[in-house]
Amino acid sequence: MSQAQNIAFTNARLVLADRVEPGALLVRDGVIAGVGAVDVPADADRFDCGGKLLAPGIVDFGVFSVDREACRRGGIVRVALMPDQRPVLDDPGVVQRAALVGRPDLWIHPIAAATRGLMGQDLAEMAFCVEAGARAVGTGRRWIADSGVMAKLFAYAGDLGLTVVTHAEDDGLTHGAVATDGETATRLGLPSAPAVAEALAVARDLQLAEASGARLHLRQVTTAAALDLVRAAKRRGVAVTCGITPAHLHLSDIAVSDFRTFAHLSPPLRDDADRRACLAAIADGTIDILSSGHDPHGPEEKRLPFADSSAGMAGAETLLPLALMLVRDGHCSLDRLFQLLAVNPARALGLDTGRLAVGLPADLLLFDDRAPVRIAGDAFASAGNTPFDGLPVEGKALRLWKGGRAL
Amino acid sequence: MIAGGAVFPHRHLTGIEGLEPHEIAFLLDEAEHWVEANRQHDRGQDRDWARLAGLTQINAFFENSTRTLLSFEIAGKRLGADVVNMHAAQSSVKKGETLIDTAQTLNAMRADILVIRHMSSGAVKLIADKVDCAVLNAGDGRHEHPTQALLDALTIRRRRGRIEGQRVVICGDLLHSRVARSNILALTALAAEVRVCAPSTLMPPAVERMGVTRFTDFDAALEGADVVMMLRLQNERMDGGYVPSPREFRLRYGLTPERLKRAKADALVMHPGPMNRGIEIDSAVADGPQSAITEQVAMGVAVRMACLDVLTRRARGVEGWA
Repeated sequence: MSQAQNIAFTNARLVLADRVEPGALLVRDGVIAGVGAVDVPADADRFDCGGKLLAPGIVDFGVFSVDREACRRGGIVRVALMPDQRPVLDDPGVVQRAALVGRPDLWIHPIAAATRGLMGQDLAEMAFCVEAGARAVGTGRRWIADSGVMAKLFAYAGDLGLTVVTHAEDDGLTHGAVATDGETATRLGLPSAPAVAEALAVARDLQLAEASGARLHLRQVTTAAALDLVRAAKRRGVAVTCGITPAHLHLSDIAVSDFRTFAHLSPPLRDDADRRACLAAIADGTIDILSSGHDPHGPEEKRLPFADSSAGMAGAETLLPLALMLVRDGHCSLDRLFQLLAVNPARALGLDTGRLAVGLPADLLLFDDRAPVRIAGDAFASAGNTPFDGLPVEGKALRLWKGGRAL
Repeated sequence: MIAGGAVFPHRHLTGIEGLEPHEIAFLLDEAEHWVEANRQHDRGQDRDWARLAGLTQINAFFENSTRTLLSFEIAGKRLGADVVNMHAAQSSVKKGETLIDTAQTLNAMRADILVIRHMSSGAVKLIADKVDCAVLNAGDGRHEHPTQALLDALTIRRRRGRIEGQRVVICGDLLHSRVARSNILALTALAAEVRVCAPSTLMPPAVERMGVTRFTDFDAALEGADVVMMLRLQNERMDGGYVPSPREFRLRYGLTPERLKRAKADALVMHPGPMNRGIEIDSAVADGPQSAITEQVAMGVAVRMACLDVLTRRARGVEGWA
């Protein structure tokens, strides 16, 4: 660790919790020491931001792969790692190793498996996993069908004050399906499931969370019906948050036409009415977290017939520009966007970070919201499985600092 | 006359989707030629037959098939091609080789045309994108089975005189049927009125968006029908999974002589085979005067000969196609 050091970020447009304003930011020993109109100490190193945007580093809630280079390029300083790893994050030793593997550049906050082996039957050792560094527990990629197990899971996690992160798709409907019921799936002859599978799962998890008092985070909510349920639950005061990835905001199931396996996602892409409902839920605050769902898969898992291919997309590199499309299109403001990208995910993980505020770690992202970029999957750090390949977008991460240290 | 290459500009036949109505009609016209030729006794005397002499046709069947494989094999051999059959059971697919690797292996063997059947929707297109030769889809998952739709269209056109305006009822397990999808695409493109009929458990979602009318009541669907096309219902789907029992399926959707009376008196009865006699179709109907089921099989050979011929014209340097 270096000695006491002051850095002054001047000539910036600061992305604050409730507004964007020009100003400077002072960092002392890796911690934010001043925001806005600050007196720059004489001994401080100066960094001229050139009028670009200075925001909290992105906290990416729910990635499937530790991909340091992709995160660095994407402006991501912390990730919540899904428990679906090999081996599964259901053991304190495994959790501890996962928590440390990215440091110092990328801080990994494991979501421990809520059930042993993610099998949906026996409770995992949650308290041990918390001691090892887990910040939440989750069901991983899968839905737990047994409501009895789910009720115990919520009760036990609630005792520990842990957020339960669930995947909400009723497997009785979605088993074997790779698309949402609709014209596209029918034309392609793909096994599909009705969109209502999501609302069914969300309804159950909301009821159990409400009854137990445990906090629930629905990692991806992608349909109008399910968002209505979340909206109503929030109004009742249920401790629920929900998230989404850019894919479900910018693409509908038409994107799987021509058997494009890069658009094979879980949950699958929905029809356009649901997509527009998701945009509305960004605007009205129902959706709390925007994450990449980063899940790189190489050709051996994607260059297959659609139904045989693995679901998921590489998203870390493109999270920022795809998120900025929401601002450009008027669905939310820039400060609200960073609530979705940093403030709320940090809060869901119980971390006091994700904001430009005095006393918090200096996890900073300097970016240009107007820089034109063409998304190029083959230039990604790991696999290039993005359904946005070739899309011209705006927005580029310029520099990234973790705890005041330039990456 | 249109120059050859312009009338059918496709390298592969992966589906009916993407074909223009005149391109479908062109394939049917070409098939007519082989229908007549197949009936003559002096097959093989005419030099015209050996169009594919010296070409290698690989039938790569990743899913079991007897009838379609046989039909493609006969079609290729009648045209003089060297036909090789590759069964999944004998292939390295079971050893974990990926489909792409298999495609590249087949490609390296310099086949002139690949006829492919696979259990996954989209698999044939995936291979077609990776090989240099022409690819013909012999059925991929629930997606398409274009030669079946062509032979059905040819059968209708020959027996009913035209396809436009014909009321065609397709009944049975539409959900899992590639035959149904290809037929819906071909028949709606050729301006037939297509009705689909199935219990809701076996109806593809949003199927009406493909330009058809959906029915769950078979009797209502049959009113005034020109053509009744029955689909096969696989045994494992009749035991409570999608319908309660074979006999209950027959009660609601079996094509019996009495039920057929609701269609036009001269309505055509079709089935892609193999049939479950006494379940989706009664023997009295299948073997009756209105049945075109064996004719469909004959049309199948002619249609496949036409497709093999047309798809290899460019490689053969046929005038106007090179």
